[in-house]
Amino acid sequence: MLSVLALTSVVLLSIASQITAIVVYTSWERHALVGSDVRLSCSFFSWHWTSPDVTFSWQYRPDGAKEGISIFHYGGGAAYVDNKGPFRDRLEFVGNPSRRDGSILIKNLDFSDNGTFTCDAKNPPDIVGHSSSVRLLVFEKVPVQAGVITGAIIGVVLGLLILVVAIYYLMRFLVARRVFSLSMSKHGKKGKGKEGSQQKQALAVADPVKLKAAASEKKKQESRREKK
Amino acid sequence: MLAILLATIVLHLTDLIILFISTCANAWRTDGVTNYHLWYGCTQKNGVDDCSGTSDADWLQAVQALMILATIFCLISFIFFLCQLFTLVKGGRFFFTAVFQVLASLFVMSGAIIYTVMSPELKNENDAYGYAFVLAWLAFPLTLISGFIYIVLRKKE
Repeated sequence: MLSVLALTSVVLLSIASQITAIVVYTSWERHALVGSDVRLSCSFFSWHWTSPDVTFSWQYRPDGAKEGISIFHYGGGAAYVDNKGPFRDRLEFVGNPSRRDGSILIKNLDFSDNGTFTCDAKNPPDIVGHSSSVRLLVFEKVPVQAGVITGAIIGVVLGLLILVVAIYYLMRFLVARRVFSLSMSKHGKKGKGKEGSQQKQALAVADPVKLKAAASEKKKQESRREKK
Repeated sequence: MLAILLATIVLHLTDLIILFISTCANAWRTDGVTNYHLWYGCTQKNGVDDCSGTSDADWLQAVQALMILATIFCLISFIFFLCQLFTLVKGGRFFFTAVFQVLASLFVMSGAIIYTVMSPELKNENDAYGYAFVLAWLAFPLTLISGFIYIVLRKKE
């Protein structure tokens, strides 16, 4: 049984690797402060096992430019960082290729680093696929992400609404219960309680379950009074 | 009685539709060619459209939240109205409906005021206001009137 299952999965995997391509994942957008470091992550999904010949390459295209330049390449087990371009001495490879992680670290950001970074990964024999881009935005002051304040205001108001409704129903429930317990203490002992025929009527219609509950609550209240 | 009921329902539905359009249409301001605000804005760079979400202003997100809340509260008040229409005792007032409707009108008023005061900061001052902005300001008195009608309205048999 197990061998049949294993055989089926191997066959399916080999079929799947023929029809699907490699998929590269990066973030969509990264926001960073001037002078700080930013880690651009890149990973991929492939039906094949991670080959020792896996390659990662990063390209940088400044805002407004038409073409990009290559700034990083990992291949044949060695990483080659930019030593001539705008990122010399600022680029570091912090990924783990055997774990399918091809992330790079850019240090000491400047406004001129605004642009699009494209990561391309190849896992032989799985080499067909789209590359993925991440947009880097460098700010003096990091702005609030879109929708954070919106979501916070909506959440707070709706939460308050639910809280008010819950408190309203709780008060109604508690007032109804208080009528019962006061009538019980008046009937059982000469305790403090409100006079009125309403309590006697409520007592008359109470069924045994509610009487038990009210009695247990009365006992709890008496024990609390004794403790005090 | 039936005529008043129908008129109230029509007014409430009109409010709801106006609020929906004003919140969802991205046309609070216009520069003659393209509409922008409340959700995204597009600029032209070398003949290519570059659209991005409006994440640059805190007050704009507050306006978004207030408009969404106003729409939600108007919807909730309509549902409450339909419920209370069948469950209310004779001579009772549509209290919860009125409360939610008035709250919706307050939210839309706050949103419209914040946008009117702060919008010259972003974009050009020569840009005209779009139809969604006009609808938002229109929604405020309509929802307020609708709320007051619910305060005064009593259920008769």
